[in-house]
Amino acid sequence: MLYELTIKSASEKLASGEISSVELTESILERIKAVDSKVGAYITVCEKEALGMARASDERRKSGKILSEIDGIPIAVKDLYLTKGIRTTAASKILDDFIPPYESTVTAHLWAAGAVLIGKTNLDQFAMGSSTETSAYNTATEYDSTTRNPWDLERIPGGSSGGSAAAVAADLCIAAVGTDTGGSIRQPASLCSITGLKPTYGRVSRYGIMAMASSLDQAGPMTKTVEDAAILLKYMSGHDKHDSTSSKREVPEYSSGLGTRDLQLKVGVPKEFFGAGLDPEVDKIIREAIDKYREMGAEIVDVSLPLIKYALAVYYILMPVEVSSNLARYDGIRYGYSVLKHQTPRNNNQTLDEVYSISRAEGFGAEAKRRIMLGSYVSSAGYADAYYKKALKVRTLIKNEFDRIFEKVDLLIAPVAPSPAFKFGEKTADPLSMYLSDVLTVPINPAGLPAMSLPAGFTKENLPVGLQLIGPMWGEQTILNTGHAFQQVTNHHLQKPKIK
Amino acid sequence: MSKLSKDEVAHIAKLSRLKLSDEEISRFSDQLSDVLEYVGQLGEVETDNVEPLNNVTGLSNIYVEDKIEPSKISAADIGKNAPEFKDGFFVVPGVFE
Repeated sequence: MLYELTIKSASEKLASGEISSVELTESILERIKAVDSKVGAYITVCEKEALGMARASDERRKSGKILSEIDGIPIAVKDLYLTKGIRTTAASKILDDFIPPYESTVTAHLWAAGAVLIGKTNLDQFAMGSSTETSAYNTATEYDSTTRNPWDLERIPGGSSGGSAAAVAADLCIAAVGTDTGGSIRQPASLCSITGLKPTYGRVSRYGIMAMASSLDQAGPMTKTVEDAAILLKYMSGHDKHDSTSSKREVPEYSSGLGTRDLQLKVGVPKEFFGAGLDPEVDKIIREAIDKYREMGAEIVDVSLPLIKYALAVYYILMPVEVSSNLARYDGIRYGYSVLKHQTPRNNNQTLDEVYSISRAEGFGAEAKRRIMLGSYVSSAGYADAYYKKALKVRTLIKNEFDRIFEKVDLLIAPVAPSPAFKFGEKTADPLSMYLSDVLTVPINPAGLPAMSLPAGFTKENLPVGLQLIGPMWGEQTILNTGHAFQQVTNHHLQKPKIK
Repeated sequence: MSKLSKDEVAHIAKLSRLKLSDEEISRFSDQLSDVLEYVGQLGEVETDNVEPLNNVTGLSNIYVEDKIEPSKISAADIGKNAPEFKDGFFVVPGVFE
């Protein structure tokens, strides 16, 4: 079926004239109609826009004015990226009726290259969560729940980019884009058996993507293959004058750099990522993947990052501080949920301060409130030195530790998540247990490093397990090469879920 | 680290401009205390002569030319999302008696 195609294969069929973008887009829209009431990947399906963009792509192709290799390819977008004129919610009630007046830089790049917007995917509210359960939207209408894992509908898809991961896994798009602040691309990619890359901080512009933690956030591709991630990353990347932290470094032709030659590189296995708490089946699958790399010629060495155990604590101080600052903009005055607009009957005696605090209390979900409060506390007078400044210092030490390791090895290999997908409700009552499910992805973000999750195998219960490749700053090409080489000799990434 | 009191949680909620219910204050007091206890482990790390790392780019103070350009976003489009927008202004409750 056409909806099963990758960017690479769809692009070849479009180029040869075998298929049109409209046919491809219609195939996906039909697939969405058939299974998305069960999976619930989308908050908004952009049927009208998608068909319009697909028709325009076909017209361009007829007149020989094709814009790029992704011209005509339907792409799903996490509902955290602003799309001009198309409702964008961050999966929060506070933005339930928000229509962005401008477009994010990343999506603007994609449309300028001719890609087709198929829809906006579900996520944990404001990208805060690891299961998509904090979304305010029950997108899986058949179950009246948030997004479900296509591999086992009783389980969560991971998060926060759970909708994008489920959409790719269930063939509800050709590829998707997500964001990763502490694992939000890699963890759902791992749990749904797709490929997800978190680029180096600064590779991709953050402009027009709702900010969670500005010094950690990075957007990236979520795809069916490593090859597709390489293609999509090129179009997402580059300097943007609207984001001064975006890098002016040249964007490589990532996909032409891919090869199947023997891997002449040194790969480190950090023992701290294989500690207590790692599911034995996950451990076994990752060890098998490491053996595979050894067979392919990579030199495997044991390494140690002793300070890594503090990374989650650093993250749960820095991230909430940035959250509390970034989410101050939701004030019920300029956009979003407001008692001035939504309260019935309207109480005209409310002061401006009450408009702020009641609009925010009614609009934000529990997880957003928790993180705002935590951030306010650890950055407040009397506590900022003990918590916030301390965390920034430990961040320096963690960064230095990674820098030293990458003087000795080219890449690190590790699991992505300590366990396969868990069941709904398993961790919602205890936020700390949910936070701990990010322990293997979080350390990368404070250090700014690139890392990718790719399918490594399945447990006895047929639940996907992902492999994490972590590179030095600007090491995307090495990560992609190494991941692509794995997909040349394995077929985990070709397995499809049977959606019952 | 002792548990956050309900008064402390209520104070943080005020700083955060969040009007919370008593039930929420009580629940957050437990949950935030758990997280604070967890992050308290950073006290074990020696950081006496370590500089803080605010971001990984090494960049600071990016200056742009002080040149006024017309915005590509129209005021009318921006106003559409506001509860009340009149003559190019956001309308808010009065702040003075």
